[in-house]
Amino acid sequence: MSLLTTTHVTKRFGGLVAVNDLSIEIPEKSIISIIGPNGAGKTTFFNCITGFYQVDEGDILFNGQSISGLPTNRIAELGISRTYQNIRLFSNMTAIENILVGQHPHLKTFWAEAIFRTPAFLREEREALQEAKRLLNYVGLSGLGDQVAKNLPYGAQRRLEIARALGNKPKLLLLDEPTAGMNPNETADMVRFIKGLRDDLGITVLMIEHDMRVVMSISEHIYVLDFGTLIAEGAPQEIQRNPRVIEAYLGRGAASGLEQSNDAVASTL
Amino acid sequence: MPETYITRRKVVQFGLLAGLISTFISAIGMIALFHKREMISGALSMGQYFLFLPIAIMAYIAARQSKEKEAYLNGVLAGATAAIPILLLSLLGYYFDLRQFMPNVSDTLIHEILNFGQPFTVGAPLMLAASGLLGLIAAALSRMREDYRAAILQGLLWTSITATFSEIINDRIRAFFGRNVASLFFSSKALQPVTAVVLLIAISIYAYWNARNKEREEAILLEDVRAKKEPGKAQRYLKKGALFLLLLFLPLLLGTYLSEVSTNIGLYIIMGLGLNIVVGFAGLLDLGYVAFFAIGAYTVGILTSSTQGIASMTFWEALPIAVMASTTAGILLGTPVLRLRGDYLAIVTLGFGEIIRVLANSDLLKPYMGGAQGILNIARPSFFGVTLSKPEQIYYLVLAGIFIAWFISARLENSRLGRQWMAMREDEDVAEAMGINLINTKLLAFGIGAGLSGLAGAIFAAKLTSIFPHSFNLIISINILSLIIIGGMGSMPGVIVGAIALVGLPELLREFAEFRMLMYGALLIVMMLVKPEGLLPSTATLREFADEDEEEVPA
Repeated sequence: MSLLTTTHVTKRFGGLVAVNDLSIEIPEKSIISIIGPNGAGKTTFFNCITGFYQVDEGDILFNGQSISGLPTNRIAELGISRTYQNIRLFSNMTAIENILVGQHPHLKTFWAEAIFRTPAFLREEREALQEAKRLLNYVGLSGLGDQVAKNLPYGAQRRLEIARALGNKPKLLLLDEPTAGMNPNETADMVRFIKGLRDDLGITVLMIEHDMRVVMSISEHIYVLDFGTLIAEGAPQEIQRNPRVIEAYLGRGAASGLEQSNDAVASTL
Repeated sequence: MPETYITRRKVVQFGLLAGLISTFISAIGMIALFHKREMISGALSMGQYFLFLPIAIMAYIAARQSKEKEAYLNGVLAGATAAIPILLLSLLGYYFDLRQFMPNVSDTLIHEILNFGQPFTVGAPLMLAASGLLGLIAAALSRMREDYRAAILQGLLWTSITATFSEIINDRIRAFFGRNVASLFFSSKALQPVTAVVLLIAISIYAYWNARNKEREEAILLEDVRAKKEPGKAQRYLKKGALFLLLLFLPLLLGTYLSEVSTNIGLYIIMGLGLNIVVGFAGLLDLGYVAFFAIGAYTVGILTSSTQGIASMTFWEALPIAVMASTTAGILLGTPVLRLRGDYLAIVTLGFGEIIRVLANSDLLKPYMGGAQGILNIARPSFFGVTLSKPEQIYYLVLAGIFIAWFISARLENSRLGRQWMAMREDEDVAEAMGINLINTKLLAFGIGAGLSGLAGAIFAAKLTSIFPHSFNLIISINILSLIIIGGMGSMPGVIVGAIALVGLPELLREFAEFRMLMYGALLIVMMLVKPEGLLPSTATLREFADEDEEEVPA
């Protein structure tokens, strides 16, 4: 059964069609990648799913329920979390506080209960803090919880952003270039980590990624966007050999010239 | 130490800058006016203090950036250069009548202050020598060991403060220990020279000792935390208890005048804590905050005034209605501006603040709000049969208000709502993507902040028993915002420090009111340059390694 289905989603900015008639299906507990050259509309598509942009045409179904038109915070409450291409942590808050904010949809106490410190409030806060510490530990940041987010090293910030997204106990996690700016070791760690999210926690992962080794090694299915249009989809091996994909990445001339040596191109992808 | 050392040319520039500042504040009459207040009897007036302060500071900075060997020389050089512009003014003033062009260059300034009561031929070398010597002392200070220097600077600071306010302190000591004890330390309005020296030494030694102890205590505390022991719990309660007792009996120590000043500071603390929720926690720049203060005050006025009121309620009956009215107004204002951010929000709220004041002043609402004549005969609150009228009594009302405001902000800060506010302040879009409902979160900030302002307004009305539209000027909003910035955005202790600095000091320096805005502006600029995060910036709350004991509400 598919967790997320988009049907004919279109998003325009004035005359520019950023996402054009995009229909995809994300099965439950899968790892799916969206790739494409810069400006292909990948992040715009993420913004449509999370409700940051309203789609102009088409529909987005999550768990069989239409979520297009819902406010961003409602969509988050339904169980969709995301990270950002350029890390967007709450930079003057501590790591723990960032995760606590991520848990927001699961905290229920009313603000007046906080003023009077009702037992329900204290219990919820204690549990939330425990959960935050657990997540901190899960992403390997134990001991850094009281650091202000902006003072953390780059890799730790990426992990913290994921921990914050996990605070929401998401069913679907959207990762926007999770390995950007990482060295090969860190990237390998991240790949293992993302696999773990699916295998251990049962989270469905939809990610945008430029590093083809990452994409090819963990995706079950790949969608390729160019100028907002879906130009190819399929398993990693199919995508590697798809001439339209090669053309989108390297240009028409290069694609035709290199058609015979597909494998060579694929390896550069 | 800096990597690159200062050049000789730069030292001269620093000196000239200091000299120009001193000359400027002399020429506008500030120094002569300040000269009327003595700090150390027979030795130093406040005018002289402020004349030489820029020189000392610039010489200190120059010496700190110098090479080890050249520090003293550069200090003296900066000091001596600083004297040049001053001497120029002194020379012109001595031989010509400058008052045609600069009406504020008085005889007192030229003869008594700039020439030390001597003829120019003697006064000028004296001034040069004094500046140079000051530069030397500043240089010596800058070369001292870090801990000694910190201690002596603290000593200088507190001795200066004591000397500035010696008239008031003298008055208090006289009230408690009698004239004889007071005159041991003070001559009528200033510190005795010996007292000043003793005070400087005593405070410096205390500061040094304190800093050393603190280091040791922190080390012990850290061990305690590591060992999961409860760090100095008894001591913490003891400190809180002592503070509470002090606050309880403060009016007895302070007397009428200072109690009056503290109630004013207190009202600003309540408002500051309220605006701190809106600006500091939630990051919504509100420049019309005075509107809610006015709404609180006018609600109490209309409901309780014996001559113009419509309900003749008691203060206690009107108080919750006033708070509710301003909370509602806060939410009503919040609704249309939900989509606005930053500067746009500031402009709209600025307009709202003015609308309320204009409405209060208008003929349309004159039957209810009294127009420019305001509302008179507002009921004084009574407490178990005691009518609170004297500043010493109103003090307790304000204190209770501060407790409530502190309690609410402290508990909300460390709650889900507080985190919602801060997340929204950091990044609205991401906060929304975390499932935070921005509309509710913003409205709660506006509402609770406005409610606290209304509380302050209600107390304000009861304190003065009459209110007028001109008491609710834009300048109050600016003041509250400034005190938050000076204290440190989002920092609750910062609000208290900011209120004392921006409300208390001007009140105690009332005779210099004409230069208030100048000093205010200068202070803000210096703060932005030197300590942009505020005097007491908010610190990260330890959560991962916090001790299990719940934080209590400090006062």
